[in-house]
Amino acid sequence: MTEMKPARKVALRVIVNGEEHEALVEPRRLLVDLLRDDLGLTGTHIGCEHGVCGACTVLLDGQTVRSCLLFAVQAKGHSVMTVEGLADADGSLHPIQAAFMAEHGLQCGFCTPGFLMTAYELLRANPAPDEEEIRAAISGNLCRCTGYQNIVRSVRAAAETMAAAAATPAVPA
Amino acid sequence: MVVEERTWVGKSVARREDPSILAGRGVYIDDIKLPGMLHAAVLRSPHAHARINSIDTSAAKQVPGVVAVLTGPAALEFVTPMPAFCAEPVVQHAIAIDRVRFVGEAVAAVAATSRYAAEDACQQISVEYEPLPALSTPAEALRPDAPKLHETLQSNVVFERTLRFGDVAGAFSSAAHIVKRSLRWHRMGAQPIETAGAVASFDPYSATMTVWSNTNMYNYIPWVFANLLKVPTNRLKMIPCLVGGSFGSKHLITKCFSIAGALTKATGKPVKFIEDRIDNLAANDNVGPDRFYDTELAVAEDGTFLGLRLNIVDDYGAYFQFAQGQHGNALSQPTGPYRIGALEYGIQCVLTNKVQQGFFRGAGSDHGNFALERLVDAAADELHIDAAELRRKNFIRPEQFPYRTPTGNVYDSGNYGRVLDRALAESNLAHWRREQERLRQEGRYIGIGLASCQERSAYSATEWWFWYDKPPLPLTTTPESVKLSIDAFGGFLLTLGCPFWGNSPSTVAAQVVAEEFGIDPATIAINYADSQSGALSAGPGGSRLTVMLSGAARGASRRVKEKMFRIAAHLLEAAPSDLELRDGTVRVKGAPNRAMSIADVALKAHLFKLDIPADEESGLAATFTYDHPFATRPSDDRTDMGAFYPIVSHACHVPVVEVDPETGRVTVLDYLAVNDCGTVMNPKLLEGQVVGGIAQGIGAALLEEYVYDEHGQLATSTFMDYLLPTAFDVPPSVRVVHEETPSPYTEFGVKGGGEGGRMVAPVALASAVEDALRPFGVSVNELPMTPERIVSWIEASRP
Repeated sequence: MTEMKPARKVALRVIVNGEEHEALVEPRRLLVDLLRDDLGLTGTHIGCEHGVCGACTVLLDGQTVRSCLLFAVQAKGHSVMTVEGLADADGSLHPIQAAFMAEHGLQCGFCTPGFLMTAYELLRANPAPDEEEIRAAISGNLCRCTGYQNIVRSVRAAAETMAAAAATPAVPA
Repeated sequence: MVVEERTWVGKSVARREDPSILAGRGVYIDDIKLPGMLHAAVLRSPHAHARINSIDTSAAKQVPGVVAVLTGPAALEFVTPMPAFCAEPVVQHAIAIDRVRFVGEAVAAVAATSRYAAEDACQQISVEYEPLPALSTPAEALRPDAPKLHETLQSNVVFERTLRFGDVAGAFSSAAHIVKRSLRWHRMGAQPIETAGAVASFDPYSATMTVWSNTNMYNYIPWVFANLLKVPTNRLKMIPCLVGGSFGSKHLITKCFSIAGALTKATGKPVKFIEDRIDNLAANDNVGPDRFYDTELAVAEDGTFLGLRLNIVDDYGAYFQFAQGQHGNALSQPTGPYRIGALEYGIQCVLTNKVQQGFFRGAGSDHGNFALERLVDAAADELHIDAAELRRKNFIRPEQFPYRTPTGNVYDSGNYGRVLDRALAESNLAHWRREQERLRQEGRYIGIGLASCQERSAYSATEWWFWYDKPPLPLTTTPESVKLSIDAFGGFLLTLGCPFWGNSPSTVAAQVVAEEFGIDPATIAINYADSQSGALSAGPGGSRLTVMLSGAARGASRRVKEKMFRIAAHLLEAAPSDLELRDGTVRVKGAPNRAMSIADVALKAHLFKLDIPADEESGLAATFTYDHPFATRPSDDRTDMGAFYPIVSHACHVPVVEVDPETGRVTVLDYLAVNDCGTVMNPKLLEGQVVGGIAQGIGAALLEEYVYDEHGQLATSTFMDYLLPTAFDVPPSVRVVHEETPSPYTEFGVKGGGEGGRMVAPVALASAVEDALRPFGVSVNELPMTPERIVSWIEASRP
């Protein structure tokens, strides 16, 4: 029998949705627990804890990762974006979020944050994906409610909205 | 028939919960955090069957952060055994006592200051097991020398009964053909992406238990939970959260309540228990029926169906939690959309070393659809009659409704021929038959499936117990309630007794209220009531909620409107019958200047008692409880089960698949679903339910199964082994179209639509794969049609 001792904690600094946070965590603490529990960002969900379902997907330095498979310390000094970072500062929904609402791309909504972050990454890299490319991008995320059809529609609709917005000359800040 | 002009009912009104959920602000059970809250983890059995000789928890208790460790016997101080709906003495504990009966059964539970510490502690618990022979199939459990799973039973057959309706012997003796099939429905489960969980907090000073959870039925049978937690029925407060999917698996989740409840009592602190994925897959209420069907269809020379025999062995796993309720469910529509006058339905319920059955979308009737439609395809083949025309010939005709089926259940309305016509017209059948012909020349195999099935909706609860002559819990009520309040400033608040389970109860109820008052549904606020403030509500389940909420929301609206009219009539010096409500204003008909806004009336009703009629109470709110619109009792001799699931939708699905005979891979190329679930309340939401259900049906048909090996080990305890459909497993486009045959028994004529896709798709796909493999002479009698199975069927078919 091994004697259990409290693990030495590691101090870390991480930028989440543009805001800097400091935390003191056990080395084994998962990134998803840091986000949900320590930082109170409960929009990221835990579905399977073995990297299959994708509900916990967040962006780490702009790339999608499974926050249930990363340790919090692996995010040390890096930048994380969660579903809470999608909407504008004034609260207005991001075009991807708005498209999911308009196209009924969610039912229970539990997997949705993972799909939103995955779609965000896709549309930044490929602003006009075709059906196959959308399905390929979301094929690592599980949804048990929708049958994916309306998720695909939502991503396509978001791409169209974002393309239209990009074509409109921006008002100088 | 007069067609009502409708503004909101029938429109694709946007969902109420979506913006918060999309912003990451939806509150699910794992988002609940209370001061001082502890976290629970569970140690589970690695054995399918073993005696527990001893459990040593001393090391676990030394783990930093651990507050309590409970074994089964210790937990009994705080909670009772699990509620069971069976009459037989099969006792199940949330934490096993003395013996474990399936892999994953809980052996101990830990509460600690973090989930990490709780899981550390589980690893420090040492359990001495004495393995016993594992019964991994009903055949093994039925052997005379098989060990008994429960000493309280005579054998591992926990229940057995055969029911006969109509002249079964006559039907079979007069038949020109008897079509026979042995069919298998495999064990699969709901697999919501959110697992089940509960946060329980016991206050010994007020003797009150407060529980947050993702369950249902807390406003229906809350006393079941109170009894489990050993608190008085009026001292339990159950608070709902948004639910991340259920599909039937979260109706009761009593294991979660029991574990969190026992630990909060043991520690004096709030305790959160959220299942991890293995907890949920291996040990919760996720699993649907697991059936072996022996079937026979008696058919006359001209193809008329005369009688049906279904004899079923059902593998219940280790306990009998919900008894044979899912066979009660199946008795609502065993003869499907057909005129079949005689039915034999026999069941043998067997216990084995697997997790016990719970509920999953379809609840037993889906397997009946599978058995019946497989038989009908077989009959078409054997009699050389076109499968669609054989169905049409035997359909209940439109003028025969309401139609009493052999079991006594009634079908309210339908037009099955019209649905079939639409399916044949819209499925591009001629094109696909040509393609089939052309591709076969190239050695490619596509197949076109067809299934015409019922979707019973709105249960009455008698099917939970009518297999028993002396039922333990003879509920006959499934009410649904809505409270509508208009505040002093005219703000509408709608209070529901049911939870949000991923369906759209608040949107539907708001549509109905908006329709009644002529207001925008977006202005109506929603409250999901807890068990101490909500009115009776059986909640989601059995495709009932749109039907029942339509009745409840309309009833509450009318009560409030009547009071509003009485008050306005008094103030406007008119008779209530002279008033009308338009654009949020109560007006005297024909006198446009004599009018009051809803807000004006509401202010008077709330705060100016002396201005309203003397016999009116202050306030402007009403609760309406809508009881089941058409339910009758079973007869004492059980030759007539009564009307218990009479709001009956219908669907015809036509999938097109390609099967690769080398690899066994099935690709769904096209999918058409023609649906008739009466008046469509919200087309977009209904389409979502149907398409989502079809995806689960694709999982059932092609991917999903619980695999237990010969030692009772579960080989599919993660999503790496238990395969759910991904975006590439569903076809690029599922087309859903609707016929609308309104129900005569419900408000607006709505019928249920939540389970239909799931209840029809598996057998439609079986039909399609069989059609594709026709050149090999393969019969599809079991699911899922995995690559291994398909290749083995083709191999077996070679001479």
